[in-house]
Amino acid sequence: MKTKLKSYALGALAASVLCGPTAFAATEVQFWHAFTGRLGELVAEQVETFNGSQSDYQIVASHKGNYSETLNAGIAAFRAKEQPHILMVFEVGTATMMGAKGAIKPIHEVMADAGATFDPDAYIGSVKGYYTTTDGKMLSLPFNSSTPVLWVNKDALKAADVDPEVDLSTWQKVGEVLDKVKAAGSECPLTTAWQSWIHLENLSAYHNTPFATKDNGFAGLDTELAFNSELQVQHVQAMGDWAKDGKFMYAGRRNEGGANFRAGECALFTESSAGYAGISKEAQFEFAVRPLPYWEGSEGAPQNTIIGGASLWVMEGHEADEYKGVAAFLNFLSTADIQAKWHQDTGYLPITVAAGDKTKADGFYDKNPGTDIAVIQMTAKAPTANSKGLRLGSFDQIRGIIDEELEAVWSGDKTAQVALDSAVERGNKLLRRFEQANK
Amino acid sequence: MEKRVTFKGWLLPLLLVFPQLLISAVFFFYPAGQAIWQSLFIPDPFGLSSQFVGLGNFKFLFGDSYYRASFVTTAIFSILVTLASLIPALLLAVVADRLIKGATVYRTLLIWPYAVAPAVAGVLWLFMFNTRVGVVSWYLGQFGYDWNHVLNDGEAMGLVVVASAWGRVSYNFLFFFAALQAVPKSVVEAAAIDGARFTRRFFTIVLPLISPTTFFLLVVNIVYAFFETFGVIHTITSGGPQQATTILVYKVFSDGFVGQDLGSSAAQSVVLLVVVGLMTIIQFKYLEKRVHY
Repeated sequence: MKTKLKSYALGALAASVLCGPTAFAATEVQFWHAFTGRLGELVAEQVETFNGSQSDYQIVASHKGNYSETLNAGIAAFRAKEQPHILMVFEVGTATMMGAKGAIKPIHEVMADAGATFDPDAYIGSVKGYYTTTDGKMLSLPFNSSTPVLWVNKDALKAADVDPEVDLSTWQKVGEVLDKVKAAGSECPLTTAWQSWIHLENLSAYHNTPFATKDNGFAGLDTELAFNSELQVQHVQAMGDWAKDGKFMYAGRRNEGGANFRAGECALFTESSAGYAGISKEAQFEFAVRPLPYWEGSEGAPQNTIIGGASLWVMEGHEADEYKGVAAFLNFLSTADIQAKWHQDTGYLPITVAAGDKTKADGFYDKNPGTDIAVIQMTAKAPTANSKGLRLGSFDQIRGIIDEELEAVWSGDKTAQVALDSAVERGNKLLRRFEQANK
Repeated sequence: MEKRVTFKGWLLPLLLVFPQLLISAVFFFYPAGQAIWQSLFIPDPFGLSSQFVGLGNFKFLFGDSYYRASFVTTAIFSILVTLASLIPALLLAVVADRLIKGATVYRTLLIWPYAVAPAVAGVLWLFMFNTRVGVVSWYLGQFGYDWNHVLNDGEAMGLVVVASAWGRVSYNFLFFFAALQAVPKSVVEAAAIDGARFTRRFFTIVLPLISPTTFFLLVVNIVYAFFETFGVIHTITSGGPQQATTILVYKVFSDGFVGQDLGSSAAQSVVLLVVVGLMTIIQFKYLEKRVHY
């Protein structure tokens, strides 16, 4: 690990030498992120724009691998006292970061210390809520956020003699459509990505049902999982029955199902709104975006969905004027122009109300119908304690457990009730361990 | 007659083995000691605080039925990987040993897979058996077999075993081939003159003569299956479906580096250390007696 860090340091040194004399004059701010490909280019572009716009600070962005690897790199660097100023952490790492008092500097503090103007109300409630304490203090800056929606292959529906504009707002109606599509010989009427995120975490929020006690963990580390209540059991059982009848095709724990959908095999696909970039690029068929379905008759549904993605955490242990640079950069990222561009380029949600308004005023939603569905779904109602987000320790592992138990349902080995009970019991053990580690 | 050369005094021998001792100390004793120490704590990921829990991490592990089940999974996996990498390697070596023309080309080609890193091998096999675009699963589909290692645990196990064993076949082949070349031709020819057929010659003469190599490979391959296969498992199944392919070392990796639970991860490494230590002792104590040097 040490030699790795050394080579990173050498790389950074080489980069700063290559950047020329201005790099030495300006205060350097290290920013570690997890983006490659098109997203990586867009991040680099944001950083360049910021660096070009002023001469006091120089942001140095480095890619550190995928989400888990980036978090690990940040943790290892902190242990070696070589942490970056800004670290990108995915939403499931939120509780881990929050628990690390002494390693992180909350955003509201960074902004106050730097004397920067900072208006938390400018941010969209259901986006910032995930990264805000129960008394409204923002801990990290939401960077890329998305929410699950229903993707529809219109051509596949037409082929099954189903009206492509058919009502798919509820799971009951989706069920009827699946019957027809299956009867017409489709091998993949429905598939999904990120099953735990969409079919348990978001399902719960969307139906205003707790996923865990203590406001989904926001109100304390002594939280317990609660996703084995009637609503979740009924939903998972319905999906399990569809899997048995060949109406729901399970492709894998991450977004493997995306390949099937983009190839035109599947009629319906539950996936992040950020799937837009890939689907619009690859799909050789007419597609549409619909809001995530809900169960009709369930009280309070549809509430709002919750986000996935990552936020930017500021780490402790740097100089005051470097934190000024951090504050300036984070404020820059939150400006309407930058946010609106990010939202339109990537399909991620805008983090401020102003960016959403600007995108509308630009006419982007008219030109790209369906791209506003995610925004509407997130913002239609003010989030409740059940739909603000999740703050659970060891959540990456808990998702692993949920994946395992859901696989048992899809393969017919367990009923939904048995599987979810088991997932809750196993997950609770991890929560207790996390509580112990963060006393 | 055995010839024994002994050194006078201590200094020179100590100096000569010092590099080896140093390497063992730095790369084995120090980290192993750290793991044992860490296994007694539940630390937070950032190293800001840690709680002493005594044997709490071990209690937590053995109280978990999924962890206990992982021992069985590991045993099945290791046995299958060892067999799947030893038997084909021996067969190929026997065939190569009998080749007269083109033996070098054949040998070189067989060694190639060893150069492929386990994680990359995992991705290659995953492509071939991808439930949708995989070449092999497509052909299987033509024969009416619906390949789905994403949900079928037997198929998932089969796939990770093959992917793990594939590269090892090359390694084992090299050793078997060298061993076969070292079998004295005169003994084999004498048996042939006595009328022993190939299979009989192979089982009564060749196999016993190469048993030291076989024993060495057995130990090395089991250790490989235990420790070096997590890259393959990570890329192909992530331990699924359910926990069908979660072997012990994969859990060490995922709990430690994905789950940030360093206490549990350290405790698991200690358990693994003990298991492999015991196995090696058993192998040397019982199996080695049947090896003829």
